[in-house]
Amino acid sequence: MISLNNVHKSYVTGSNSLHVLKGIDLEIKQGEFVSIMGSSGSGKSTLLNILGILDNYDQGSYYLNGTLVKNMSEKKAAQLRNELVGFVFQSFNLISFKNAMENVALPLYYQGVPRKKRNKIALEYLDKMGLLEWAEHLPNEMSGGQKQRVAIARSLISKPKIIFADEPTGALDTSTSYEVMEILKEINNEGITVILVTHEHDIAAMTHKIIRLNDGVIAEIIKNGDLKHWKHQYAKELETA
Amino acid sequence: MFDIDKWQEILATIKKNKMRTFLTGFSVAWGIFMLMILLGSGNGLSNGVSQNFMRDAVNAMWLWSGETSIPYQGMKEGRRIQLTNDDYDIIKDLPGIEYTSGRYYISGNTFSYGSEYGNYTAITCHPELKEVESIDIIDGRFINQIDINKARKSVVLGEDIYDALFKEKDAIGEYIRVNNIPFKVVGICKEGGGTRNRNAYIPVSTGQKVFNGSNRLNNFALTINANTLEESQAIEAQVRETLARKHKFDSSDRSALGSYNKLEDVIQTMKIFQAINIFIWIIGIGTLIAGVVGVSNIMLIIVKERTKEIGIRKAIGASPASVIGLILLESVLITTIAGYIGLVLGAGLMEGINFIVEQQYAASAATNGGNGETLFRNPTVDLNVAISATMLLVFAGTLAGYIPAKRAAKIKPIEALRDE
Repeated sequence: MISLNNVHKSYVTGSNSLHVLKGIDLEIKQGEFVSIMGSSGSGKSTLLNILGILDNYDQGSYYLNGTLVKNMSEKKAAQLRNELVGFVFQSFNLISFKNAMENVALPLYYQGVPRKKRNKIALEYLDKMGLLEWAEHLPNEMSGGQKQRVAIARSLISKPKIIFADEPTGALDTSTSYEVMEILKEINNEGITVILVTHEHDIAAMTHKIIRLNDGVIAEIIKNGDLKHWKHQYAKELETA
Repeated sequence: MFDIDKWQEILATIKKNKMRTFLTGFSVAWGIFMLMILLGSGNGLSNGVSQNFMRDAVNAMWLWSGETSIPYQGMKEGRRIQLTNDDYDIIKDLPGIEYTSGRYYISGNTFSYGSEYGNYTAITCHPELKEVESIDIIDGRFINQIDINKARKSVVLGEDIYDALFKEKDAIGEYIRVNNIPFKVVGICKEGGGTRNRNAYIPVSTGQKVFNGSNRLNNFALTINANTLEESQAIEAQVRETLARKHKFDSSDRSALGSYNKLEDVIQTMKIFQAINIFIWIIGIGTLIAGVVGVSNIMLIIVKERTKEIGIRKAIGASPASVIGLILLESVLITTIAGYIGLVLGAGLMEGINFIVEQQYAASAATNGGNGETLFRNPTVDLNVAISATMLLVFAGTLAGYIPAKRAAKIKPIEALRDE
């Protein structure tokens, strides 16, 4: 599904060059539930953006669903994002002047689905998220958790193969965070690959595979079976700190 | 291009961003509105003044004789110059002269018909005076060549005289008395440009015969064939030269022979109007540039403001072309409608002013015996100019939106998303 081979990325600002990703090799299969962790500046968000074709990379190769993603035209990238990928962001990124239903329906607009039909589908997805009665509300009339559920509904409406979530719980309190994670888990149970970036250990622990980034390289990959041990170690780290 | 769903998306965006829509639209509507007012006022002023000119033919010239003021060939100043029918025959055939009419002054002009009477001016003339002074015939005919040849006692009455003497009765063929001499009414007329119509016209030959004029004439009214100031001055000089040789006076002696060349005035006034027109256009273009800058500015701000929205749209699958199309179609729609509103409001205001001006003109004409005075008439704008100006603003708005929209559509979505 996703295959990265020696991917490098630097940000150039003026004469300074910041080498963010220093050779990432990564394989993610269909249906996995993966979290990317790391301290700030470790390159975790950059990696996610590259995976979601929101950003480009300098070196190496990235295959998404068998297609090489490199120097792709914006038009092609947009099409690929629309068909294959759904995004959930920390700051929700809903369009402020559109109500919940219109926000959810927007990806279908770019697929050419007629207005009535896409609004009907959007209502179904909002219903799944328990937000049917909020369909006519604008984003600023909703709570953070509600907004994130609208964003998740929007990411799902185009029936993507992968959901990318950048700190999906970053702006939410603990109980709402767990609700959102429950939803992501259900999505994963339906066979959709979910990849999220987080710096919260408890959130990462709910996924099946944790990729720890450190200073632009993958420090370790923790699989499902090792999670218990990892949790134990994490608790000890907290005690010593 | 025509995709109902796309337009629905644009209309929904417009409906939910009223302030932004209003600002864009306002700068276009205001620009067009001001342009309409400016150009309309310029046209109104120009129309009003040229209408005042139209009372006589613009290429008219008048000559009249007096006493010499410069000694000439041994003759003292203060000598009377008397024009005659011979002069008429000479002037008539000079090159560059179009129509010529001579006049012999007759004094004491009491007009009477039955028990009605009044004092008016009887002007003796040739048939050509009709062209020189732009006289309109309301009924009957003007003085003709047979009247002149046979020295018939025919008279053409000004409208005011007819109204006073006949009170709507039929006048053609009736006899009125001028200084107690019967004249047959052959026509009723109005002077060009709506001045007072208190003049009557009788054949010059009749005037000379009946009122002891012999072959004497007092002045000439003529029109000349000239397009430029130089041409008209050359013809005037030639006429003066010819008469000066015949009557033996210095051709530069304006007291011996007075002359007034209307074309000179008209050309000078038209030059002033050309200057005013150029000035108005400079201000108009300035207004348009201000409008263009206003629209461009707002489009730049709109694109900047929408950068994050563009990022979101791109993240969920909008192609760059669809993003540009969304922004530009919105701008074209708003500027076109706003331009049209400005056009309608501007034209409406000008029509309103026109209505008031015409009423005032009619009112002043009524109190002043049909002699309406106005410097401002028909302040309307060429529709083509107005529409071109609107299209220019629409185009400028589109161009001003296109450049930043293209840039915004081209950058990586993640950069657009980071924009706050």
